[in-house]
Amino acid sequence: MSAMDEVFKALADASRRSLLDRLHAENGQTLNELCEGLEMTRQAVTKHLAILEDANLITTIRHGREKLHYLNPLPIHQIGERWIRKFERSKLAALSELKRQLEKRDE
Amino acid sequence: MSKPQFVYVTYIETTPEKLWQALTSSEFTQAYWFGAEVRSDWKVGSAFALTLDGEITDSGEILEADPPRRLSYSFKHQKYEELRGEPISRVVFTIEPFGSLVRLTVLHDGFIEGGKYLGAVSNGWPAILSGLKSLLETGKVLAIPRAALNKGFDA
Repeated sequence: MSAMDEVFKALADASRRSLLDRLHAENGQTLNELCEGLEMTRQAVTKHLAILEDANLITTIRHGREKLHYLNPLPIHQIGERWIRKFERSKLAALSELKRQLEKRDE
Repeated sequence: MSKPQFVYVTYIETTPEKLWQALTSSEFTQAYWFGAEVRSDWKVGSAFALTLDGEITDSGEILEADPPRRLSYSFKHQKYEELRGEPISRVVFTIEPFGSLVRLTVLHDGFIEGGKYLGAVSNGWPAILSGLKSLLETGKVLAIPRAALNKGFDA
């Protein structure tokens, strides 16, 4: 399986995407912190994290006695580079911002 | 030491020596780092500076230099008034052979949580590292508008 296949496979799961969302909200969390308030078992979280790490979507480091998990956005960035042409970039950024602002107002 | 604010990992089809050169030579950084040049003699304790169009944007000191395995420097922003008050931050590059590839880890710490500089820098790194990877693998970098770097300042 190619590196990109692994990325798409890892992303094709709502639980794994929610783990990425949690790291996006707060980077550098321990397994315990990541499990807090989740419906998933600790075992399931561990399994999902291993799949995300194999796809290089997260990375872990030892910090003192703790193992911390970090979101690694590079594979997603590279997917963007592959299909988004450079002249589209600023227009897409403007559209994303417009969407964000409009949806914020609806809350 | 507080925990790092972010850690980026990328796998590049190159050699540790070429990657080291790409991190420490302005000829390379200009191509993938939004036109920025790196200035240092890369010895521990020596000065480090990042310049854009001849003007220093960030400056610091070399903290570790073990070619082609590990490089670390501190830096503090100099150019924009609103970022000058931010604390000194540190970046650590670790280069490890990984089969036929090289694994590059970029670790960053020392930012104020929620500070403007963290936003600016974390916006910049994915584009810089993607550019570095494609430069080493294909000899080309996608032209990334410099404006992308400044996006984080008002985010």
